[in-house]
Amino acid sequence: MLSYILRRLFQFIPTLLGVVLLVFVLFNWIGGDPAYLLAGKMSNPEQIANIRTQLGVDQPYYMQLWIFITQIVTGDFGASWATNEKVSTLFATRLVPSLTVLVPMLILSTLITMGLALWVAYRRGTLTDRFIMIGCTVGQSISILVYIIVFQYVFAFQLGWFPVQGWGQDFWINLTKFSVLPILVGVAVSLAPDTRLYRTFFLDEIHQDYVRTARAKGMGEARVMGVHVLRNAAIPIVTNVMIQLPALLAGAFLIERFFSIPGIGREVLLAVERSDFPVIKAVTIYVAMATLVVNLLADILYKAIDPRVQLK
Amino acid sequence: MNVVVETDYSPGLWALAWRRLRRDRVAMVSLIVVCAYVVTVLAAVTGLIAADWSREAGVNYAPPVFVGADKTAPETRPQALPVPATEIGIVDPLADVMRELRNGLADAPAPPARASVLPLGGDKWGRDVLKKAVKGTETSLVVGLVAALLAVFIGTVLGAYAGYYGGRMDDFLNWLYSVFTAIPYLLLVLAIAAVLNQKGTLTVIIILGLTGWTGIFRLVRAEYLKHRTREYVLAADAIGASNARRMFAHIFPNVSHVVLVQLSLHVVLFIKSEVILSFLGFGVGVDTVSWGSMLNESQAELILGKWWQLAAATVAMAVLVTAFSLFTDALRDALDPKLK
Repeated sequence: MLSYILRRLFQFIPTLLGVVLLVFVLFNWIGGDPAYLLAGKMSNPEQIANIRTQLGVDQPYYMQLWIFITQIVTGDFGASWATNEKVSTLFATRLVPSLTVLVPMLILSTLITMGLALWVAYRRGTLTDRFIMIGCTVGQSISILVYIIVFQYVFAFQLGWFPVQGWGQDFWINLTKFSVLPILVGVAVSLAPDTRLYRTFFLDEIHQDYVRTARAKGMGEARVMGVHVLRNAAIPIVTNVMIQLPALLAGAFLIERFFSIPGIGREVLLAVERSDFPVIKAVTIYVAMATLVVNLLADILYKAIDPRVQLK
Repeated sequence: MNVVVETDYSPGLWALAWRRLRRDRVAMVSLIVVCAYVVTVLAAVTGLIAADWSREAGVNYAPPVFVGADKTAPETRPQALPVPATEIGIVDPLADVMRELRNGLADAPAPPARASVLPLGGDKWGRDVLKKAVKGTETSLVVGLVAALLAVFIGTVLGAYAGYYGGRMDDFLNWLYSVFTAIPYLLLVLAIAAVLNQKGTLTVIIILGLTGWTGIFRLVRAEYLKHRTREYVLAADAIGASNARRMFAHIFPNVSHVVLVQLSLHVVLFIKSEVILSFLGFGVGVDTVSWGSMLNESQAELILGKWWQLAAATVAMAVLVTAFSLFTDALRDALDPKLK
């Protein structure tokens, strides 16, 4: 087990360095000298000069890379070019709203789609299965934008069940009032693709020997499906959810934009609109790092559960 | 008289796949739908239809024909300004100029009458939503197809090199793959969009193509790993075929079915991404219609009760993407040699 972890870590480090290099090439090399961009944002030439020295624009590329690596390690990316807010505080304040929506959304959608997928997998090959699968294809074909626009219009604007958008200071009010519709939209969007995916996970298990054994010894269908198959298929499902989390943190930007939730995703969009490089850089690097760490943890979890797993 | 010749050679993979597809009713319907879209787009590209999409053909927010003209709507554009043509004589230094202008205007043709209803309604400026949807289809399908070709090309070449050569080449390309997949797809797309900082169809194609190759790389690499030690490749080596020839003339036809399915899959993926990018304003330029920009406009329209642009963009996209996805599924099944 220890050697597995060590060898897996050995893969992890070069990838991490690669991500740093990729982001560096994008922003410092392709992006070039920010003076041109900054001139449109700030009237004070001193401020621009400050940022340029901070980034080391005049120094050779290896020095700029070193500055970038120090920034990542210390977590100090300086201030946003647009609002002058410190990038680290920006991160800290935007994380809670993002998670307030994301965590309940993930839990709810996982539970619902698992149940649906289990049922569809049980009825595999029947007309029900075929109809639900075609329904999933259609559901996946409608843009996520349409889901958000229609849900917001019908449930908030027309029926008035939820506020159209908004966010407050109090966590409970945010969770019970402002987050409900965004969570529902998120669940609706993930319903189709996740049901399809989890169905294949269940189908992989249904043909296993242990399922036949359980049936052979006279176990009821409910117990075979609900306990044996569910528990085994839960492993890929849970790791799948784990792996999704970092991507969702930045990927929920559409929901955050429409419902005015001051989360990380909305911050990314604002940063792209304003060419606010420090913020985008920081988000990209930390989300990528989180993805790598979560993948590492998922692999170790897999190995712990199933010792047959080999390093590819 | 036609003579049916019985042949005893076994049909190839493609012939078998086509035969299986023909039997699949869902696949054939999807194929017909996709072909209809392609024909529409070709007609739009050559300017046969929807070339005048930006003309303000109807009144503002003209409703669709089946809804009927909006009687309550006020006339949004007065025909002419009621300026009294009085002469105030010598006092006005501009009188001559004004008279000339007025005379010039009198001869000008009246603005074309604007229809009160349009086939699928009009947008804020009275532009025909049907024509916009056609132009949006053109944008999305062209972006999706060209970006998918680019991504498939990159993924196939890199995957072929990694799988065929193995060793250090494989290590390096695998490292590149893991770096690209470590950054969530849409975040990477947004980061590149921020750095390039310019809109346009070509930019979108480049962004999507350069970021979307990873999945194809993984699959093609696995196929090449499998094929490189097969006997036909060794035979090609024995007759003196170069590495490049073995990779692309001998092995490639045997893995091309994987590539084709991936191409089809990525067209769908990139169409969806393009719509989101254009919606956010990082996609195609302002003078190009996209389903994304239509959805963006429809957000404000919906609150006014003008739902037709939203419906047109949604249906146009959903039908194409559904047909494409169902066809891809059927194609994958038809090309699976294990199902023979």
